[in-house]
Amino acid sequence: MTAEHKLFAYAPAPESRSVVDIAPSYGLFVDGEFTDAADGRVFKSVAPATEEVLSEVARAGEADVERAVAAARRAFTSWSGLPGAERGKYLFRIARIIQERSRELAVLETLDNGKPIRETRDADLPLVAAHFFYYAGWADKLGHAGFGADPKPLGVAGQVIPWNFPLLMLAWKIAPALACGNTVVLKPAETTPLSALFFADICRQAGLPRGVVNILPGYGDAGAALVAHPDVDKVAFTGSTAVGKEIARSVAGTGKRLTLELGGKGANIVFDDAPVDQAVEGIVGGIFFNQGQVCCAGSRLLVQESVADEVLDALKRRLATLRLGDPLDKNTDIGAINSAEQLARITELADAGDAEGAQRWTAPCELPGSGYWFAPTLFTGVTQAHRVAREEIFGPVLSVLTFRTPAEAVAKANNTPYGLSAGVWTEKGSRILAVADRLRAGVVWANTFNKFDPTSPFGGYKESGFGREGGRHGLEAYLR
Amino acid sequence: MPRIPTAAAGPPASLADVTASDAALRRFLHGLPGVDPVGLEARAAALGTRSIKTTAKAYALDLAVSMIDLTTLEGSDTPGKVRALCAKARTPDPTDRTAPAVAAVCVYPDLAAVAAESLAGSGVKVASVATAFPSGRAAPEVKLADTRAALAAGADEIDMVIDRGAFLAGRYLEVYEQIRAVRQAAAGARLKVIFETGELSTYDNIRRASWLGMLAGADFIKTSTGKVGVNATPANTLVLLEAVRDYRAATGVQVGVKPAGGIRTAKDAVKFLVLVNETAGDDWLDNRWFRFGASSLLNDLLMQRQKLRTGRYSGPDYVTVD
Repeated sequence: MTAEHKLFAYAPAPESRSVVDIAPSYGLFVDGEFTDAADGRVFKSVAPATEEVLSEVARAGEADVERAVAAARRAFTSWSGLPGAERGKYLFRIARIIQERSRELAVLETLDNGKPIRETRDADLPLVAAHFFYYAGWADKLGHAGFGADPKPLGVAGQVIPWNFPLLMLAWKIAPALACGNTVVLKPAETTPLSALFFADICRQAGLPRGVVNILPGYGDAGAALVAHPDVDKVAFTGSTAVGKEIARSVAGTGKRLTLELGGKGANIVFDDAPVDQAVEGIVGGIFFNQGQVCCAGSRLLVQESVADEVLDALKRRLATLRLGDPLDKNTDIGAINSAEQLARITELADAGDAEGAQRWTAPCELPGSGYWFAPTLFTGVTQAHRVAREEIFGPVLSVLTFRTPAEAVAKANNTPYGLSAGVWTEKGSRILAVADRLRAGVVWANTFNKFDPTSPFGGYKESGFGREGGRHGLEAYLR
Repeated sequence: MPRIPTAAAGPPASLADVTASDAALRRFLHGLPGVDPVGLEARAAALGTRSIKTTAKAYALDLAVSMIDLTTLEGSDTPGKVRALCAKARTPDPTDRTAPAVAAVCVYPDLAAVAAESLAGSGVKVASVATAFPSGRAAPEVKLADTRAALAAGADEIDMVIDRGAFLAGRYLEVYEQIRAVRQAAAGARLKVIFETGELSTYDNIRRASWLGMLAGADFIKTSTGKVGVNATPANTLVLLEAVRDYRAATGVQVGVKPAGGIRTAKDAVKFLVLVNETAGDDWLDNRWFRFGASSLLNDLLMQRQKLRTGRYSGPDYVTVD
């Protein structure tokens, strides 16, 4: 049903763009100052919903990595020498400034990433602030975290983050690193550098000593130079499994500590006694949250064959109500795909689904004329052999498979090189426990999906990576 | 509008056997999918964040006014109070004749005649509570007599309460048969069945009660009496909306929904309309299929309407106090 025929058609409700002031150009943030790249190179950051150029950003190269790591090294001695309570104060201050500027940051993130304002406002930004608050609280209690009586920071952390949750991934990386007394050089993704640069401004606003946080916008070459730098003690990466493997090879034998948070192909298992209406919401949230560009997305729906038709009918009915469009509109559920490159990848894999004989169903919605868009899509008749069931699509595409018994559900869910997330939907508590126990995934959600909390550790099995972020466990990666 | 099968006939053939015995009815109701409270409340809250502006708001405010069952259910009700309320129901905003009339005036049975006289020719319905409202604690014949008295006094619609004691004790067939009996006594009137969701307490119970009421021939299923601690909430109304949606998909019979009690602001009312819009859909966006049981809600809707029309917020002295 199209919008014009609806009785109750929601009028446009755009969040104001004027709450954020994006400069025409940005530098790198090194040693407390914004500077040009040594070789003067720049790149453009584009709004994926409109293809409008938002700003021109300095592009870090090897010389800039050198400068930033040196600055972080210089800052390390005094930063790590501060009492934990003092470091905590800075983190609390950063958390509060993030809350105060959350509307501005939400609009910025929506513009630069393409995700709906509803998500940046209600999910990303509250979680970002919560992460800083949480690790601020640990800063003076590290001796009680279970890693020895007097754990020490590692030194300089080189951190490379993806474009799907730019500011949230930054928080996951920077908050525990600083709480533990490390200094950081962070490279945001080339398609979403802006919120990290606003964060640099927040560091200055909070009076954070220079060199403790350095931000190097740039491409893969800058990330490679950063992780390979001999004076980096710790590498943390979130992104694709292919790049994660390269990084693992690059740091092998160097003595650097490494955590990797990589891809996933999460199974969302719906049993015949599931609470159907809530399961449908969980399936929708599991794969269409952030346009499916989520490493822990529930991209494989495993539904018990006896209720498959009922669940699919309900799911399609629900998908028809999703509102795709202007990400700044407060009623938008589905925003833009982050880049032309990602859209091409999603399109290619979806086409492979057709070619391999799965049945495609697309939610009835109109795609805007400019920008990068992909309508919510599901494939039925998918088997374990299909590429859409095996490869991470990282887009709003759900593969639907069926199973007959709990044992078959577990076997199919585990039959993937990944192991990041899974969901179990059943009203039977004993089944939740039994199935969760046998799923090889870093996080298993029961009767919910994509729930995040800074107190809860997050991370993968197998090709989804290693190390945990969040919670007490997240401290371990930054302490010795 | 295509003719929609009415609920009055009782369970459709496809579901006739589920009410054949207490055991069959229990198996059926307990076989309905469970409701996960965390997920349900999260969904209701998420829909509450929809931003309804300008033209959409104007539409929603007028629709909400037209869906009100303007209610007075107090021991202190008098003919004078009911007449004043009926005048308000016909012409909610004397300064703006474009404001729609409300759907109905809802009173106790002994005042239904006054309401019927005051509303004659207006198109506004007379709704009367019955069946020993609000507790429902009376002998079945008393409840039927109460219903007949309301109808004799001119009620177009009957708002009955179920026997929550029997429901919570698991005597589903007894509840079913009591609703059937009232349904038959009220032939020709629209029957609203009140579950008192605050007393049923769990969302699983609310879903079971919804199906029980629909099987027994309810024209509307209604959350609450307004007389207990927890009345209409977005979450319990969402359970009702899912039930009517699923019931029509299963049987072809459309049933209305009426949240009642505790909905006092235009902002809340609009949130309920968003629930209707995104759960049951267009077919329920009409006062034949959705009502608000409310009293103070109307004035807030009228103030918001004035604000939208004039750009100014005049305050409570510019709407009538009844």
